[in-house]
Amino acid sequence: MNQLGSRRYLIGGIVVAVVLLYIARLFYIQIVDDKYKIMAVNQAIRRIVDYPPRGVVYDRYGKQLLVANQAAYDLMVVPNQVKNCDTLELCRLLNITTVEFVDRFKRLKKQNPATYQPAIFEAQLSGRAYAALQEKLYDFEGFYVQSRTIRNYPKGIGAHLLGYVGEVNERIIEKNPYYLMGDYIGLSGIEKSYEEPLRGIRGVRHIEKDVFNRERAPFANGKFDTLGVAGVDLISSIDLDLQEYGEKLMKNKIGSIVAIEPATGEILALVSSPTYDPNLLVGHEFSKNYRKLELDSAKPLFNRALMAMYPPGSTFKLINALVGLQDGTLFPETRYGCNRGFSMGGVHVGCHAHASPLDLLGAITTSCNGYFCNVFRNQVEHYKPSEAGYRKWREYIMSFGLGARLPCDLPNELKGNVPSAEYYNKMYGKGRWRGLSVISLGIGQGEMLLTPLQMANMCATLANRGYYYLPHAIKKIGNQTVGQYDPRFGKKNYTKVERKNFDIVVAAMGNVMTNGTGRIAQIDSIKLGGKTGTAQNPHGKDHSIFICFGPLDNPKIAVAVYVENAGFGATWAAPIASLMIEKYLKKKIKRVDLEKRMMEGKVLPVYEKVKKKVIPTDE
Amino acid sequence: MGWFNIYAAVYNEEHKSIFSLNMQYGKQVMFIGISLAVALVILFVDGKFFATFSFWIYGFMILLLIATIFIGAEIKGSHSWIRLGGGFSLQPAELSKFAVCLALARYLSNVNIKMEKLQTRLVCAAIICLPVVIILLQNETGMALVYTALVMVLYREGLPGGFLLLGFSVLVLFILSIVIEQKAIIFSIIGIVAAVVFFFFGKRRFRRLIGITVVAIAAVGFTLSVNYIFTKVLKPHQSIRITALLGKIDPSQMKEAKKGVLYNVNQSKIAIGSGGALGKGWLKGTQTKYDFVPEQDTDFIFCTVGEEWGFIGTTTVLLLFMFLILRIIFLAERQKSPFTRVYAYGVASIIFFHLLVNVGMTLGLMPVIGIPLPFFSYGGSSLLSFTILLFILLRLDSYRMQIL
Repeated sequence: MNQLGSRRYLIGGIVVAVVLLYIARLFYIQIVDDKYKIMAVNQAIRRIVDYPPRGVVYDRYGKQLLVANQAAYDLMVVPNQVKNCDTLELCRLLNITTVEFVDRFKRLKKQNPATYQPAIFEAQLSGRAYAALQEKLYDFEGFYVQSRTIRNYPKGIGAHLLGYVGEVNERIIEKNPYYLMGDYIGLSGIEKSYEEPLRGIRGVRHIEKDVFNRERAPFANGKFDTLGVAGVDLISSIDLDLQEYGEKLMKNKIGSIVAIEPATGEILALVSSPTYDPNLLVGHEFSKNYRKLELDSAKPLFNRALMAMYPPGSTFKLINALVGLQDGTLFPETRYGCNRGFSMGGVHVGCHAHASPLDLLGAITTSCNGYFCNVFRNQVEHYKPSEAGYRKWREYIMSFGLGARLPCDLPNELKGNVPSAEYYNKMYGKGRWRGLSVISLGIGQGEMLLTPLQMANMCATLANRGYYYLPHAIKKIGNQTVGQYDPRFGKKNYTKVERKNFDIVVAAMGNVMTNGTGRIAQIDSIKLGGKTGTAQNPHGKDHSIFICFGPLDNPKIAVAVYVENAGFGATWAAPIASLMIEKYLKKKIKRVDLEKRMMEGKVLPVYEKVKKKVIPTDE
Repeated sequence: MGWFNIYAAVYNEEHKSIFSLNMQYGKQVMFIGISLAVALVILFVDGKFFATFSFWIYGFMILLLIATIFIGAEIKGSHSWIRLGGGFSLQPAELSKFAVCLALARYLSNVNIKMEKLQTRLVCAAIICLPVVIILLQNETGMALVYTALVMVLYREGLPGGFLLLGFSVLVLFILSIVIEQKAIIFSIIGIVAAVVFFFFGKRRFRRLIGITVVAIAAVGFTLSVNYIFTKVLKPHQSIRITALLGKIDPSQMKEAKKGVLYNVNQSKIAIGSGGALGKGWLKGTQTKYDFVPEQDTDFIFCTVGEEWGFIGTTTVLLLFMFLILRIIFLAERQKSPFTRVYAYGVASIIFFHLLVNVGMTLGLMPVIGIPLPFFSYGGSSLLSFTILLFILLRLDSYRMQIL
């Protein structure tokens, strides 16, 4: 019996061994291996994102909507939860082929190998598909519908200004951890620069679901949930009618119009042509349309108002005049002769026929090249060495907000180019260049490049006689003014030129409109100040430029117009600028013939050669 | 003395609370009440009663089991339940456990009984196998398998270790012949083992050689028959559970199995695994609460413990069971009466078998066999059965004091 009694130890040993084995296994499953925890969360907890509606954007009077919202429903999928899917039925509901269905899964998997994360399977379902799906959704395990609002641009204008909203990509997610796959973000324009206030804060709910995919209860009593905060509405500074009018005027032309309210820096209109209907870049057609626009040889996606850099041409003579007056190298009475141009030391800059010699007023009025070559050379070479004079000149120029980002409140603004002394040192060698070497800067040519926005700001500075506010397209962010939102926009920026010198130049600008190169753009009832420009274009016909503000004594609007390959400033840019001002100030156009000619005119060298028209009155 | 009962009761309470959201909650409280009442009755019954009437009880149970085949209602494909009305039913297969233990104890406590005798072995086998056959006829394979645990009792009472070894070898062969497809490999393994046994352990007598050869041939025969047993004797769902466990499942069947047969085990592992070290807290389990784990209140109750109480909880439960079983073995060994000792071993081995299989299957270490976890799983019959098993043991143990 004793012998048998010892068998208890073997039996007990087996019991202990089994229990220890099980404990070891439990240790592995419960503590070492994370796999099961992840699987559990995935199958039992559904993360539902509440996208608060994105803020809308009103026009400057707070009455009409530039950007609105519309409801959309996205079909979401958690790829690794898709089981026993009736593919045919789903394809039928979504109106896609099974091949497309399989492709999409492959694509999703490529985009995000973590197949337990939800992804958009079909963005913005049609109303019919949504209704049909809603009823059958429980049949499609792993799929669910998420509602969100998408953009709607009621007027279909201001594409470059307003920008567009699109799905975030991995690069954005990496940079900004707020965003998650499937989120939307403003990708350009106002949508981008005011992304944060517009988007609000995403709310997240975690819902426990049961084995039948039914929602049961908030997970952990909502401990991990966050409440969404709705996006803030914006009031833009855009005059909707003016914007629309500008786009009409620029139809069939390449170029841009920027209109600014000088007293505030508010952008009234920002036209880049060719443009497109912003509604094209909304919803599930986004990629298709985007690709189409991207391939368009006229580059409709390119925001010329902020990104195209052109020589300012003769408009820049005004600035050179201001610098000269301020620095004491030029006086209103200063006269220079001009015999069909400026010739000195082997350098020749041509000019057109006009009376000679001229004083400053006459030179601005007739836009004399010879005169301003002298002004510039005098300014630069007044100092020894010339490099110092150039540096001094450049300082003045930069104080106008040129050659650097202003910056405005829109993204992707370019700097333009006001070449540095170092640049010329490199080009010619230190001490081996002087005013004469870079003489074309005197008439706004050469390396000098400005964006239309900078031109408009320059015009606003002239209208203000000496200062500018940074241009901005948004007046109010919710209850905040833009100055409170970003103090830079509430601050006056003074140039290095005194008001009295501005008065002289501005008076000349008035003369340009009544007696000079801008006569075509006169408005009987409004006194304007303007300046034509023609930018030499090595690639083709010159660009037509005009800057203009009005009324002369109490400026309400300053406009810069560029029309590419359209010849003299007076031909296209000046009439367009003046129509813009008339539209803004009078709301009604009296010069119907001019309006008609501008609207119907085509200047599209890309598609057709335009015959050179002979216009008698320009430089 | 009653410490394990208290523990058992505490755990009863606990698992009851876990299911307070379910309708089973009320029923189970009632079952506890009934079980306690029965326990009380047992404690008042004279200790000798069980020894005296063990064969009567056994006989009654056998009759009840047979009757069940005919009058039993069909639940989940088996005819093992007797409807009692009011929505309650009784599973005699559960209750017969204590009767078999009693009968076995009564038989083996007979002074003239020697385990060495073939007759004794056969009678023991008969006592055990009779209910097994009937339960098999009721289609309750899991419950029938429980009785194999009683081999442990026989071993303690003198059954040669060779039988355990034989059983173990058969199991190993069975697994090997499923895992290894080339029969030749298995045959060579058998040959090598036979040779090793002959040269190192045998006395190199001719008779032994013959014996080993016979065993080896039997092994070869068994291997060949495994396929037949596997496909013909076992039901498809049983064989697939075994292949799945051994990782030999056909990949083409894998997807099917994941949804079907493997689903339970997979979900069970997810539930337990998601519990982590400390668990999600009482009633916080998402996997078990939302029915991801099938049979989570009965056979897969251990998942609830795993998910809500974590590694701490599962380890505690396992250790408590271990101490309970070891405690019963300790009790058994201090008995003067062989009747009580045999009975105690029966109780210990049955509880152990339940623990082994039930927890093993939730962890994916055992094939899915539907037997409950003692004192945890929902179900009146099971609770009643284990209460009776334990309390008769208590009564018999206290009776030991009386006869001192």
